[in-house]
Amino acid sequence: MTLRDVLPHLGFLFALAVVPYLGVSGPTLNFLIAVLIVALAAQGWNVLGGFGGQYSFGHAAFFGSGAYATAILQVQLGWGAWVGLGASLVVGAIVGLAIGFLSFRAGLRGSYFALVTLAFAEVLRIVANAAGFTGGAAGLLIRLQPGFENLQFADRRHFYLLVLGFVGVALILSRWLERSRFGAHLVAVRENEEAAKALGVDTLRVKLGAIALSAAITACSGCLYAQYYLYIDANVAYGTWISVEALLAPIVGGIGTAFGPLVGALALHGVGEATKLLAGGRPGLDLVVFGGCLILAIAFAPRGIAGLAARVLQSRSAAREGR
Amino acid sequence: MFPTEILLEALLNGLMTGAIYALIALGLTLVYGVLHIINFAHGALLTCAMFLVWGGFALVGLDPYVALLPVVPLMFALGYGVQRWVIGPASHGEDNNILLVTLGLSIILENALLAVFRSDTRTLQTDYAFDVVPVGPLLLSTPRLIGAAATLVVTGLLWLLLNRTDTGRAIRAVAHEKLGAQLVGIDVRHIYAVTFGIGTACLGVVACLLMPIFYVNPRSGGVFVLVAFTIVVLGGMGSVPGALLGGLLIGVVESYSALYFGDSLGQLGIFVIFILVLLFRPSGLFGARA
Repeated sequence: MTLRDVLPHLGFLFALAVVPYLGVSGPTLNFLIAVLIVALAAQGWNVLGGFGGQYSFGHAAFFGSGAYATAILQVQLGWGAWVGLGASLVVGAIVGLAIGFLSFRAGLRGSYFALVTLAFAEVLRIVANAAGFTGGAAGLLIRLQPGFENLQFADRRHFYLLVLGFVGVALILSRWLERSRFGAHLVAVRENEEAAKALGVDTLRVKLGAIALSAAITACSGCLYAQYYLYIDANVAYGTWISVEALLAPIVGGIGTAFGPLVGALALHGVGEATKLLAGGRPGLDLVVFGGCLILAIAFAPRGIAGLAARVLQSRSAAREGR
Repeated sequence: MFPTEILLEALLNGLMTGAIYALIALGLTLVYGVLHIINFAHGALLTCAMFLVWGGFALVGLDPYVALLPVVPLMFALGYGVQRWVIGPASHGEDNNILLVTLGLSIILENALLAVFRSDTRTLQTDYAFDVVPVGPLLLSTPRLIGAAATLVVTGLLWLLLNRTDTGRAIRAVAHEKLGAQLVGIDVRHIYAVTFGIGTACLGVVACLLMPIFYVNPRSGGVFVLVAFTIVVLGGMGSVPGALLGGLLIGVVESYSALYFGDSLGQLGIFVIFILVLLFRPSGLFGARA
């Protein structure tokens, strides 16, 4: 992978990085941070679901484990937030490997894999809601102590840049998947697992690598969520909302593409906010729109927004050549 | 240890709850058996049906058991339309797409209900909600008994429909061999939609049986849907007797784990069973197909 491969990606990241310095309001910045956190979770989903074709309906399992890992270390053991961040990534990858090992060894795929991941997330939610060290139903409150060493920032723009940094890493990682041998193996598993196996791809190992990477990225998103709102409980951390958000964004944005999850999250939440503004305070309307976007994307734009954009560009250049 | 009467009562209560579960699972497994799709919108469709029953009661004082007459056909029509004009065309026949389209539908339905009714919890005030029937030393809730009996009747009717009518034969033909069915002149898209409609009609029955004893809010269908998935997987995807037995079994497991571990952990037993069955016996206890 050369610099030229990632030039558009770096440019997009740079454009996003200057946004908070263009005088956007506090609520807008809040909104952008929330969208980036969702986008990061979605980038994680896209590694396994988009490139690997294994549709998880339970990425909350990884999001929540990341959030709880850092919160428990800080609140119960008094460790630092940066250690918590590292622990989130490791715990996320381990949870991913465990779920992946059990499900892939059992040969689960398609809807069976979707169901088993959903069930794992629910089990974790119930346990976290009942256990003592997770704060039970009351949840965990991380103490407010602004400072770089605590991963808390008095200036929200700095937190925005931190999240964007991780989104950037995930973006470059996804780009690497588009170009690397590992990524090619993963796509081969998605397209035809038997054929990939016959050609000598160790499909179990490839899938395990993908779920570990995917889970770690989503766990990182969970950690940042906990770090930003300084509070989590089981229904937020392991709730179905994040499992759904994590798969919506890539599918609408462009499944199995590097840009897909980020573009999808921005587009969906942009439309969602617009709906809220137009419809007033009714709860749920933005999600109605999300569901509609999901069905429309599957019906008319199987490669999402990225696919639509590529089609438009192609037809335009074709028209030019024709002339 | 608990005294025998409590254990016995937990068993019977579990069986009665399980019967309702079984009816929910019946619709799900029928759709799976014929269309080979996992219908994620099943829970949201149940919520719709429950709101229909609630609406009938709140607006015109329609008794939930009388509401069977309008609600069941309405739910059938809804299911037929959704499969024929939304799920079918939108999914281009790919399994993963169907899964996602039904997920999208459930998001839409659940949140549209949330937008209209807010998240308030609603109940029906009937004068028989707390009636009990004495059976020996035990007191059994009348609405629950009616629910269990109705489940058996509906299962019987469904069996008759599938085995003794032309539509039933067509449904089974499509389930066995789609292409062959098409070749002998069966309209597969129509049969798919009919099957889906029957599945949602079952939910209409469930809603009428549930409303006297349960509450409704935009998320209440979700409470049942994971349980229903568990039952379907446990009983073997697509197996009607499996759904019935699986439902009863899960009802009993839930009842006993709530007794021993408390309500919050009661559901844990169900999900652990779900995961274990998926991992080690994905064809289910009674299913032949993998």
